[in-house]
Amino acid sequence: MSDQATGEQGLVQLLDPAGVRVETDQNAAYRERVAHLQPDHLRAMYRDMMLTRRFDDESTALQRQGELALFAQARGQEAAQVGSAYALAPQDYVFPSYREHGVLHVRGVDPVDRLRLFRGEDHGGWDPADHNAHLYALVLGSQVLHATGYAMGVQRDGLVGTGDPTRDTAVVAYFGDGTTSQGDVHEAMVFAAVNDAPVVFFLQNNQWAISEPTTRQAKVPLAHRGLGYGIPSVRVDGNDVLACYAVTLEALERAHSGGGPTLVEAFTYRMGAHTTSDDPTRYRDREEEERWRRRDPLDRLEAHLKATGAWDQAWWDGVEADAEALAERIRVETRELGAPPTSAMFEHVYATPHATVADEAAWQAEYETETEAAR
Amino acid sequence: MTATAVRTSTPAVTGRQTITFAKAITLGLRSVLADDPKTLVMGEDVGRLGGVFRVTDGLQAEFGEDRVVDSPLAESGIVGSAIGLALRGYRPVCEIQFDGFVFPAFDQITTQLSKMHYRSRGRVTVPVVIRIPFGGGIGAVEHHSESPEVLFAHTAGLRVVSPSTLQDAYDMIRAAVASPDPVIFFEPKGRYWSKGEVDLDAPPAPGILDTARVARTGDDVTLVAYGPSVQTALQAADALAAEGTSAEVVDLRAISPLDIPAVVASVRKTGRCVVVHEAPTVHGIGAEVASRVTEEAFHHLEAPVIRVGGFHAPYPVAKLEHHYLPSVDRVLDAVDRSLAY
Repeated sequence: MSDQATGEQGLVQLLDPAGVRVETDQNAAYRERVAHLQPDHLRAMYRDMMLTRRFDDESTALQRQGELALFAQARGQEAAQVGSAYALAPQDYVFPSYREHGVLHVRGVDPVDRLRLFRGEDHGGWDPADHNAHLYALVLGSQVLHATGYAMGVQRDGLVGTGDPTRDTAVVAYFGDGTTSQGDVHEAMVFAAVNDAPVVFFLQNNQWAISEPTTRQAKVPLAHRGLGYGIPSVRVDGNDVLACYAVTLEALERAHSGGGPTLVEAFTYRMGAHTTSDDPTRYRDREEEERWRRRDPLDRLEAHLKATGAWDQAWWDGVEADAEALAERIRVETRELGAPPTSAMFEHVYATPHATVADEAAWQAEYETETEAAR
Repeated sequence: MTATAVRTSTPAVTGRQTITFAKAITLGLRSVLADDPKTLVMGEDVGRLGGVFRVTDGLQAEFGEDRVVDSPLAESGIVGSAIGLALRGYRPVCEIQFDGFVFPAFDQITTQLSKMHYRSRGRVTVPVVIRIPFGGGIGAVEHHSESPEVLFAHTAGLRVVSPSTLQDAYDMIRAAVASPDPVIFFEPKGRYWSKGEVDLDAPPAPGILDTARVARTGDDVTLVAYGPSVQTALQAADALAAEGTSAEVVDLRAISPLDIPAVVASVRKTGRCVVVHEAPTVHGIGAEVASRVTEEAFHHLEAPVIRVGGFHAPYPVAKLEHHYLPSVDRVLDAVDRSLAY
């Protein structure tokens, strides 16, 4: 049975699963966009994908040890995340969902800060202004509207179509296949389309919304939805880091130049569970997982680097050491994240004093003092 | 174009003027749009039409389509995109056309707008104002007469206010826009066409979003109300005065935070308290006021705090709303019950 929603037709691909460059008439324009990439660039992409995976593995282990309340792995989606994030200009701004560890890694958000939410130590964890990267979104779809509104602000700031690559600014909203069913995503696309907002909707179709396959969300390839809004839309092999980079670059150029939004559907696979709370063996079969394992984004780039003589053993030893150091740091520093003081519960509820919060904070402080004294 | 087609709707914008309640808000918005290029007005039909209640009348002509933005018909989209604009440094003022239509945006308001400052530990602010014409008594159809303020007051991170006078409408909308916190601004739509004098040169009053005002002084009973019910309470006070009972009317103005000290001060003087609002009484703001007054002025009370409000039923059809809304008679009945203790 051919499945419209999960078929692979029309995917932009530059690197096949064996790591061999793909040259077709259809991908010529995208090939030009990656033509400047040198072995150093490709190795850097590989390294960031590798570190993202190591972050995943260590965080999952920490959750199993009871150090994190929950964790959502990005395993399998490293190419989509790192490839798209590499296309960003420094002034561009991203709105992630809770699985965009690779994107946030490339944006420079500290790995321990990224775990504060999952540890239950903070609802955010970093200053969005430091990285032009907003906090994780948990109510899915909400961030897609925020990205659109932010992009409307960028427009009003006169920062599209200036022709200056250091000034032209775009916004990327990251979300998944399940999230496309949310009304907010529909509304975001309406707002973005009619306003020509400089936003890229970067949809990672990882095939599963917890236990529900994409066929429970759509009857057609998800990229087709963009066309209904008049938004240029493209499907890309989400496990091909070069193709993800190229299509995002094209989408960002459109946004930067004042050409409005683009929808990118990165066709990929979530190799782990939805989060550490669920069990994929209950809803999907080994054969499917094995099929996708053969399309692993890291293996693909590794094969390419080796085939083209760009794999360098000394470099690789350094990457492995970096990954181990990252894991060690996460292990040590995450455990050191203590509980914030009780008073933190009442801080920043409002930007200005609010009598109810002030009264309750005072009551809590007094109660705590009296309880301590009674011990 | 004939001479009569020349715009005459924008009055001079200084001094004391006799205008409608709706126009007081219009001029408040005009003032903030003129003061700060980062301020935006957005919503359905707010541009060329001037809003279904004409509250934004003339603003798009004066400030342009990028500042007074006609939005797609999508309330979650309006609020969600306003959040994004605020994150970019803008100060959006969203109009929700009617009370009952705020619910499609409820998620964005309660899970996103209210918590953005908190979850970022104060690193970002989202100074979004959401204007909602609310309340009944205008003979409208379903979903056009509701009072959902308690749902927002129950959500930490939101400031919830409602003006009852023209001057407050003008002052409070300016204070709401100036506030770094998100403000849910409930406009008593039944009062839109009432007229009065407004001092357009009044200085900014930031504390107005936190403080109640004594709308009428009295000694025998305190009537607590906000928004459209203040008028009802004042009418009841007039009737009580004719019977020889002196009622003090406290206009809360702020629903979150509640100015409990102001209410308690009044009740300590009068010994009696009746809370009036259009929203259903159960689990409502009147319950909160009653509880706080009981906690803080128990020994001053001569009678239990009594609530007068809507019923635990959906807002009824227009032909029955006069039975649902707290009328002057129902307020008087409550005062009688209080005085009987």
